[in-house]
Amino acid sequence: MSESTAVATPGASRSGVTPSRPARDRRALLKPVLLVAFLVVLLALPLYVEEFWLRTGFAAFGAIVGAIGLNLLVGNSGQLSLAHAFFLAVGAVSYVYVSGEPGGLGVAELGGLGLPPIVGMVVGVLLAGLAGLLFSPLAARLRGIYLGVASLALVFIGIHVLNSWTEVTGGFNGRAAPDFSLFGFTFANSNPDLFVLGVPFREAERLWYLGLALALAAYLFARNLLKGRPGRALQTQRDSEVAASVMGVNVQGYKARIFLVSSMYAGLAGVMYALSIGSIAPESFGLELSILYLAMIVLGGLGSVNGAVLGAIFVSALPLVFQRYADLIPFVGRGEGLAAGEAARFLFGAAIVLVILFEPAGLAGIARRISGRFGRRPGGRLTQRPPDTPSRSTEPTPSDPPAQGSTT
Amino acid sequence: MTQFLSLLLNGISLGALYALIALGFVIIFKSSEVVSFTHGSLLLLGAYSIARLSDAIGFLPAVVVGILITALAAFVIERLIINRLRGAAVISLAIVTIGVDIIILTELIRRIGSDILNVPHPWGGESFRIGSVGLSQNRLIAFIVAALLIALFFVAFKYSNWGIAMRASAEDGETAALMGIRQGRVSALAWVVAGVLAAVAALFLVGSPTPGVSPTAYAVALRAFPAAILGGLDSTGGALVGGLLIGIAEAMAAGYQDQLLFLGRGFSAVVPFIVMIAVLMFRPSGLFGTKELTRV
Repeated sequence: MSESTAVATPGASRSGVTPSRPARDRRALLKPVLLVAFLVVLLALPLYVEEFWLRTGFAAFGAIVGAIGLNLLVGNSGQLSLAHAFFLAVGAVSYVYVSGEPGGLGVAELGGLGLPPIVGMVVGVLLAGLAGLLFSPLAARLRGIYLGVASLALVFIGIHVLNSWTEVTGGFNGRAAPDFSLFGFTFANSNPDLFVLGVPFREAERLWYLGLALALAAYLFARNLLKGRPGRALQTQRDSEVAASVMGVNVQGYKARIFLVSSMYAGLAGVMYALSIGSIAPESFGLELSILYLAMIVLGGLGSVNGAVLGAIFVSALPLVFQRYADLIPFVGRGEGLAAGEAARFLFGAAIVLVILFEPAGLAGIARRISGRFGRRPGGRLTQRPPDTPSRSTEPTPSDPPAQGSTT
Repeated sequence: MTQFLSLLLNGISLGALYALIALGFVIIFKSSEVVSFTHGSLLLLGAYSIARLSDAIGFLPAVVVGILITALAAFVIERLIINRLRGAAVISLAIVTIGVDIIILTELIRRIGSDILNVPHPWGGESFRIGSVGLSQNRLIAFIVAALLIALFFVAFKYSNWGIAMRASAEDGETAALMGIRQGRVSALAWVVAGVLAAVAALFLVGSPTPGVSPTAYAVALRAFPAAILGGLDSTGGALVGGLLIGIAEAMAAGYQDQLLFLGRGFSAVVPFIVMIAVLMFRPSGLFGTKELTRV
């Protein structure tokens, strides 16, 4: 993949012609205006939209945080990890244990520290990071695909621990997650009762803002990380470890640190997941969750933060929307048709295959191409080429049919 | 001591099945650089077709047809998807197989539902005894069949045109292509062979002492992953050793469960992964895998 830095992105090469000056000024103005307008819409949404969409939105915000984190690891640093579900579980369990009240649930005796939820959230993120850091020496030694399989191990070990360590995790049945609160303001249905412009602000509305704030922070952090020196180092290291280390990049160090960052993102996503569902159970943190996260970043476009956001919204919202509108969608619904979850899974599977076959840059690539139609400012960005774009044009294909008699 | 011997026998027979599946991983990886995550669903597909067909057409024909179906599925995956992605990064190849896996698995789970399908093995669920050491007959036959298949595979790998072609293209793809080896064909055949091996393993894995075909058979294929990895993903001999190691470790952990209770119930299912991590700590490319050298 050493030639990848030399090959420009399709978007950049197409817009190689500099647009005339006034046009560029206008566009430079347009972008922040659009962004502000978009934010205002997001902020005003709880005033108008019903609860279902707000809850879906919060789930999507959690998924966005997790997907950005996984994308940093897989898309930008080239380390395939299937262990994301494990780190989510660490975050979620730590939050529930640290902020939960001790007490009995059926036969099981549950422990809990009963500390303020914000402490639980911070501890969740830190512990997930710690778990990532502990695993990273192994991760940094393993070649890409070995890491992918080795990380499977964490998921299974995680599930086993979740099932067995009943005192902390609630065991097989799981346990309820405490409501989030910040400085006495509870993100639940009451306490205090709140009305904004005559609209009651209950749990869904409050969580919406929490999710928006966290996802925005996660987004900005990742963008800045990638724009700066670490981003360039990571991408060089992804494309060629040898080249990177010759240039003075501490390859092992960066690999370990990005694992730390990625698992902290996963920890936060885990806390948000617990808040969104209201409880945690071992079966939610299986291999399937890791695969869903992988689906998000592949569909969105590996290596692109915007892509991770788009993919996360798509993958997390689709099953919920299917469920709600099952009667309106053909082939989906009760009785003969597919269940909503099944339909969504078929769609994800097919989408992954199609994206890798035909559009390796994913949704972000499609979006870039659409906005490329309207002319973008040229150059000046990091190459956002995902690690997997097959460079067919530059590489001789070994599968070319041989000229003469084959030995097979 | 008796318990130990009996567990060892059980472990070896289970390990032989893991070795079959792991061999599939390895030859697919060697011939097309793909780490196939579709293997779990291929295995389940084989088990499902055998179980469903044996009511209609009898056990033996069902086994043959089930193996053919699985091999065909593997062939179609290779032709339609993998072959088009030649030269793509290993990571995206792995991810694409995950996509295929989601599709097949969703459909199979939907069809199986919450049933446990039964495969009517003619050898039934009896066990076979030497003195006080027992082994289920199913596992004994599994071991014999697996040993024969593995021996056949190694002979073919060493002497047949296909085996030579495959080793050549694994060694150096470009040169092999220049020598007139059709890599598309080599890789298609590797997928077919892996499909057959998975289906055969499936046939025995759903017999006694396991209750029958249920989606949990999928998890078994995932436990063969550690077998392939700890042997070294590009070493066929390693798959054999890895499979046996994993099988024995798992059987021991299951047998001595009472002594291991402090680690939680069902610990044996996690053991393969722990063994894998332990090996990878010291040998990052597995026991017999080629170390990756970089030349500057």
